[in-house]
Amino acid sequence: MNKVTIASILLASILTNNMVLSKFLGICPFLGVSKKTNTAFSMSVAVILVMVLSTAVTHPIYTYILAPKYVYLETIVFILVIAAIVQLLEIVLKKFLPPIYKSLGIYLPLITTNCAVLGITMLNITDGLNFVQSLFNALGAGLGFMLAMLLFSGVRERLETADIPEFMKGLPITLVSAAIVALSFLGFAGIGG
Amino acid sequence: MEILIPVIIIAVIGLIAGLGLSFASKYMAVPVDETEAQLREALPGANCGACGFSGCDGYAAALAKGEAEPNLCAPGGEATAQKIAEVLKVEVSATPMLALVACNNSCDKTKRAFAYEGLQSCAAAALLQGGPLECKYGCLGLLDCVAACPFNAIIVNNNHPTVCKDLCVGCGKCVNTCPKGVIKLVPKDYKTAVLCNNKEKGAPVVQGCKSSCIACTMCERTCEKGAIKIINNLAQVDYSLCDGCGKCKEVCKRKVII
Repeated sequence: MNKVTIASILLASILTNNMVLSKFLGICPFLGVSKKTNTAFSMSVAVILVMVLSTAVTHPIYTYILAPKYVYLETIVFILVIAAIVQLLEIVLKKFLPPIYKSLGIYLPLITTNCAVLGITMLNITDGLNFVQSLFNALGAGLGFMLAMLLFSGVRERLETADIPEFMKGLPITLVSAAIVALSFLGFAGIGG
Repeated sequence: MEILIPVIIIAVIGLIAGLGLSFASKYMAVPVDETEAQLREALPGANCGACGFSGCDGYAAALAKGEAEPNLCAPGGEATAQKIAEVLKVEVSATPMLALVACNNSCDKTKRAFAYEGLQSCAAAALLQGGPLECKYGCLGLLDCVAACPFNAIIVNNNHPTVCKDLCVGCGKCVNTCPKGVIKLVPKDYKTAVLCNNKEKGAPVVQGCKSSCIACTMCERTCEKGAIKIINNLAQVDYSLCDGCGKCKEVCKRKVII
């Protein structure tokens, strides 16, 4: 039973409740870093890492310290914790895994202000998931973010060579195509609960 | 009193996070090379990548290790090169560079192999049998370089791009954009240049283009300084040796040396 639940959580967070394309969280990196597939990939890997780690820390904090009396502190505490984790992760990677640190580059500190990370930690609480389920939900959300980024960067690389009318060039065509990609994800609604 | 507990909760979490971070930054600090920091300071910080490294940080790191020349920064130019030289305590002569379209094609000289009616972009045209020209090395004239130039330094004359010497800073963006590799970086004060990129030999070159290097070696034999040589069936100038005597220009039957 438990395995089925985890599988359905993953399916839901990757496809039906896709962070970017269904919940519209984390739009800024989605539009900002999706110009090339390899930068989109680096950014997504960083997001997955931070999402899982911050869920692992914020969930216990909420369960054992904030609940049930101080739930209104959720937002500010989570922001504080996420910012600290990102900084710490940066220091640790710089020391022990310099190649990964270099390939993530500027994208790691950028995640501090990524609302998708704060979003997933808060949604885990709102949905009443337990610790393990939350971790898988965060992993799924990260993978969903990666899927959306890779799909969209592919679309944008095609746009580079497309013959676009002058008034649509740049941001307008990017927003229109983002909307169409998001629309396609509506097709998953209803699968996996 | 009720307000105190949440305040304490936040303060304690903040304190733990802060202490953790400061300990981490102290015990896991990666020693930063002092020269590298100074070099990074001297660079403009535009992260344009014209030096060939991943941004200014990458270039500073390579400089500190002695793996890079100090005069590669195009936006910084001579001023930056001097600063780098001071930090590294070496002599430097930054030669300002200039992009040069090494092709004489102006539509009337090169035959067309077929009519191209696709997307008006060199990158796309080059994918179709190497482009519509008979010469597979020449400028396609669809002006991807003009779009790539951040300084509007490439002007168009009869569909043929020409680099404006006063505006070009030698960043090399057009060099990387051109699918044919026709654009080359040359010293700004160059005296001689070969306006052809064709690396084939003899008859097919002559048939394809009226103004092309056929590797006849006349220039190589005429030059007293040994500054012009045929490499890969194409005359190439060694700018450090050339004194601009102009003899090669006289003997070139195909009029590709200027």
